[in-house]
Amino acid sequence: MQKTLVVIPAYDEEASLPGVLKELREQAPDFDVLVVSDGSTDRTAAVARADGARVLELPCNLGIGAALRVAFRYAVNHGYERVAQVDADGQHDPVTLERLLARIDDGADLVIGSRFAEGGAVTYDVSAFRRRGMKVLRHLVKRLTGREFTDTTSGFRAMSQPMVEHFSRSYPSEYMESVEALVDACRAGFNVIEIPVNMRGREGGAPSTRGFRLLYSYVRLVVVLVASAGGRPPVTR
Amino acid sequence: MSWQAQLVLVLSALATMLFVLRLVRRRELRGKYSLLWLATGVAFFVLALVPGLLKWVSDLLGVGYPPAILFAIAIVFLLFVLVHLSWELTRLEDRTRALAEDIALMRSDAEEDS
Repeated sequence: MQKTLVVIPAYDEEASLPGVLKELREQAPDFDVLVVSDGSTDRTAAVARADGARVLELPCNLGIGAALRVAFRYAVNHGYERVAQVDADGQHDPVTLERLLARIDDGADLVIGSRFAEGGAVTYDVSAFRRRGMKVLRHLVKRLTGREFTDTTSGFRAMSQPMVEHFSRSYPSEYMESVEALVDACRAGFNVIEIPVNMRGREGGAPSTRGFRLLYSYVRLVVVLVASAGGRPPVTR
Repeated sequence: MSWQAQLVLVLSALATMLFVLRLVRRRELRGKYSLLWLATGVAFFVLALVPGLLKWVSDLLGVGYPPAILFAIAIVFLLFVLVHLSWELTRLEDRTRALAEDIALMRSDAEEDS
């Protein structure tokens, strides 16, 4: 049995977290669970601890990218061989986790659970604006990586040890970091694949960003992706 | 505007944009700060290529001397950037303060434990 860490970045998710942790305990009892509370103002960290999860508490809200990054460092320091990432809002089904991780064992470095790939199901409501943004991102990612990904912003992923090692040094920290990370992984020569998964509606909470801020995030992301497209790889620290 | 001035303006706008993009690529400038400067570059680029634009805006606002518009916009823009930076600085100070507090508390906890 490989040492496996399930990472759950959480910002004010005390309502949905117990359900997610309970499911993980039942469906995937062999995995260690690490909850990163990203400067939560509610009882997220306490709830996670009460459920027996490992907890990292960031002293202020740094965004999901930063929360993941500290989790990756934790995984590297503690010698985990596989890392999975699951959302705290209950969208991701732990049963599917095994399927993601199985592809890691087959030699993939980054496995993305896609809502929109052939065979995946969306029981899931995405706003029209968000869907358009996702479409633009999909085309851009295709241009930059030469590969077709149907769900570039998915937060349901599994990673190999070398991938986590890479991410622990260079994971992007601004909003919608998953797209940047995906392109970065492809460009760095990691074996990135996508498999269809089912996602459910949220158990609690609302999408973190919408309206003007979402538009701004898309513009920023496009600029960063295009800027990163040529030349030497980024400085890592 | 003479074609020489136009050329210098176009080239400096392009250079600015390329420099900013390079910083972003090397992750030495965050995406969110790059947007402001890229927008500035684009603005200068457009102004250089379409010099009539400035004249048109100044006529619209009834300003007799078109370059004055440019200075006014530049000053307002720079003020905006400065306020934004002060805001970011305040956030940073709050965070470092919180961090320092956390470390002090953790140290005292660790000493009590040992």
